[in-house]
Amino acid sequence: MPKLTIDGKEIEVAPGTNLIEAARQVGAEVPHYCYHPGLSIAGQCRLCMVDIEKNPRPQIGCNTQAADGMVVHTRTERILETRKSIMEFHLVNHPLDCPVCDQAGECWLQIYYMRHGLYDPRMVDEKVHKPKAVPLGPHVILDAERCILCSRCVRFCDEITHTGELGIFNRGDHSEIGLFPGKTLENKYSGNVIDICPVGALTDRDFRFQVRVWYLDTARSICNGCARGCNVEVHTSRRRLHHNEGRRIARIKPRHNAEVNQWWICDEGRYGFRWIDDDTRLLTPVRREGGRDVAIGWDDSLAAMAAALKRYRPEEIGILASPKMSNEDLFALQRIASHLGVRAVDHRVPPQAPGDQDDFLIRADKNPNTRGAELIGLGQAEAATILEGARQGRIKLLWIFQHDLFDSALSAADVTAALSGAEMVVFQGTNANATSAGAHLVLSSAAYVEREGTFTNFQGRVQRFRTVVEPLGEAMADWQSLGRLGRALSGADPAFAATRAEQVFASLSGQVPAFSGMTYRGLADAGLVAKA
Amino acid sequence: MAEKVFTRNFDRPNSHTLAVYRETGGYTALPKALAMEPAAITEEVKKSNLRGLGGAAFPTGMKWSFIPKGSTDPKYLVINADEGEPGTFKDRYLLERDPHALIEGMIIAARAIDSHRGFVYIRGEYVQPWRVFSGAVKEAYEAGLLGQNIQGSGFDFDIVVHRGAGAYICGEETGLLSSLEGKKGWPKIKPPFPAVKGAFGHPTIVNNVETIAAVPHIINRGAAWFAGLGTKTQGGTRLYSVSGHVVKPGVVEAPVSVTLRSLIYDHCGGIRPGHRLKAVVPGGGSAPILTADEIDVTMDADGLKAAGTMIGSAGVIVMDETVSIPEALMVLARFYAHESCGQCTPCRESTGWIYKMSERIVEGKGRKEDLDTIVDVSKRGAGTTICAFYDGAVGPYVSYIEKFREEFEALIPRDNEPTCPS
Repeated sequence: MPKLTIDGKEIEVAPGTNLIEAARQVGAEVPHYCYHPGLSIAGQCRLCMVDIEKNPRPQIGCNTQAADGMVVHTRTERILETRKSIMEFHLVNHPLDCPVCDQAGECWLQIYYMRHGLYDPRMVDEKVHKPKAVPLGPHVILDAERCILCSRCVRFCDEITHTGELGIFNRGDHSEIGLFPGKTLENKYSGNVIDICPVGALTDRDFRFQVRVWYLDTARSICNGCARGCNVEVHTSRRRLHHNEGRRIARIKPRHNAEVNQWWICDEGRYGFRWIDDDTRLLTPVRREGGRDVAIGWDDSLAAMAAALKRYRPEEIGILASPKMSNEDLFALQRIASHLGVRAVDHRVPPQAPGDQDDFLIRADKNPNTRGAELIGLGQAEAATILEGARQGRIKLLWIFQHDLFDSALSAADVTAALSGAEMVVFQGTNANATSAGAHLVLSSAAYVEREGTFTNFQGRVQRFRTVVEPLGEAMADWQSLGRLGRALSGADPAFAATRAEQVFASLSGQVPAFSGMTYRGLADAGLVAKA
Repeated sequence: MAEKVFTRNFDRPNSHTLAVYRETGGYTALPKALAMEPAAITEEVKKSNLRGLGGAAFPTGMKWSFIPKGSTDPKYLVINADEGEPGTFKDRYLLERDPHALIEGMIIAARAIDSHRGFVYIRGEYVQPWRVFSGAVKEAYEAGLLGQNIQGSGFDFDIVVHRGAGAYICGEETGLLSSLEGKKGWPKIKPPFPAVKGAFGHPTIVNNVETIAAVPHIINRGAAWFAGLGTKTQGGTRLYSVSGHVVKPGVVEAPVSVTLRSLIYDHCGGIRPGHRLKAVVPGGGSAPILTADEIDVTMDADGLKAAGTMIGSAGVIVMDETVSIPEALMVLARFYAHESCGQCTPCRESTGWIYKMSERIVEGKGRKEDLDTIVDVSKRGAGTTICAFYDGAVGPYVSYIEKFREEFEALIPRDNEPTCPS
């Protein structure tokens, strides 16, 4: 472990640590554009200069590894002047169109100019003109004039996706990012180039011109698009309600987790949030009477539900839980099933077609919490068997969470027969679908971004997601409605009495061995791995 | 007249052929070198004080010794025949008139660094040199001087001739390697240095054509002889490409201790009649300019360094009083703006910016502050980039203005007040 001194502070760092990262560890910012910890070293932007004693010239921090006894200075007179100069070079041909640039507010040209530039501009000649508003693919649009040619996007497509769509063409100040002939930037991770672009050169076609970033709020979450459980930030627009076409969720950005997704997310996850704010959301519990939907409150709907659960014998009840539910929801449901003695419980509904999977992040299982459902024990029966039971009239109450059984590998005829075979069908979920259309009672669930909880990814990593926005309408987190239901059924489990998700989790970790010893707070940002 | 080393065959008919090369003792150094220990060859070259003749004047033997000892990696010898420095055309003469000297030198150098494959990177515009050199390589293969088991020595060496596509930056050592590898000719960040990780990720020595052409002579006649031709810190003679307003421009061979004055007046017949010397660029476009009063300097690496300029590629551009220095700067600035590879921000952005300012000055639209801005921008960018391209550009930017400031100021309108940019 090399021990070095940075700005007078001694520090020991892991071998191979470069001076940008080492400086970060002592709280010193070494500004940089081309360096990205997830990509190879390019050394092109020349902004990360530091002074190293016994070295006649400033050196770039990105390509200099910390060495034992090194004495580094990040704020000498010479370095501060050099940064100022490099900032001037970066901005000489920049169009300075911040008022109409989506990156404004989160642009590293703006940030570093304020921190390290603050020179008086001297450039009076015509700037170099390059192509603007060039779509590179379905998600990414290029403004070559704003580009500082840091090559992060090029390296991303070369080194992470190995798809090599992008290159830097031409020379000198006419250099520009572009697509190789015949290529389109449409790999499954293309949106990441927008995140790593430090300026407004690559912007998001989906998010473009929707919200100024300073009106966004941010919360930490977990992507619910597949079993990977990529760590994300959800950005919401709640301060200017007319922005973003009135939708609350503005965009999803990856959040670093070395064990799960590093710095990246797939496009499927990035853009898969429209269902949260769309018209199919179930806003309030509904009872179907004579073909009419009657909105009833939670009190009535839960009373009706409790009555039904008491009316039928345990073997007449079938439950299809969803691996899209959180560990807390699933645990509360498992406690109810256990309290009632219901054994026909499963969470596995086979998808219509096998999910897409690759050797990087994307998992075939498109559910965020299959592993949690397995560990909590919601797979005693087979979904097909449960539906078979309903078809034959043995199962009289069918309680389906979230699934659209018509959008699955099950035959539509079998599903129809099962739904009409059961005396009572209850659908509990976030959005209406063909299955909910056939239910007698519909209970509205809060979407994952509207409440907090945990998912267990395919590696067994238990990760927290936070409340981003309030639930729509009367939608409620499943653990909450299930807790109320449990109490109505005279269940004594502490999970039923919980008023916060954290309390349900505490109950879960106390009772399910795989989670033992875990605390909600202890999960922190990186999560913890459940015992197999 | 000084001894001819590089040019001794230049005037002989068919000097590019193996037969003529052999008539004057060609390929007699090879058997000697093949019988020597590799380390002994490097040692001999070190003692000869041979320094790189492409631009940086780095001691050649020392460069060779940077190849990691005992490395079992393949090692490459790469010859930089991209000769692109403005005012330089001496490697062209060597490739066309004495190609076998380069081939013989390459085999010897390869033996010294334990390389079995050499690449010769010839600039794309050099069609005739490429043809002639490729013919010489073919002849050498046919004579058993290249390929497997050269001359029964057990030593194998192949030469691959590669043509560039016309970028100045591909003459930069690592830009050349990137280009050779099939990539865009972008210089590489160092470390690692090419001797450790060069072409295709393997230890590589990159030498200039002329540097390697000197090697057979050093082996044949001894390090002491070669060192004795030059100064204390640099051995040998070298080729000066003299262009511009001299009576006899061309490639001139002279000891490195020759003075610039002697080069102009003794070797090249002086300034054309009726004109007087105004300025000289002594080492290719990137060398800071010297005024007519500054030509009593020796034309070796250290002599010119002491004079605040550099020997570079020894391209001597002589200008008489008819030359406008601001125009000369504009032409060079246009060259650097055009040829900057665009990889590092300071170079990419300021070469274009400085060209615009210099052009505006020449057009009579200069502003008082432009001159200071050019000098300041130059100095601020110097030393901040991956390769030496920008530092080379700074040479003319700063020296032309500092030494001929009145001439620039005369072009700037007197009543010029800062106006709003259009």
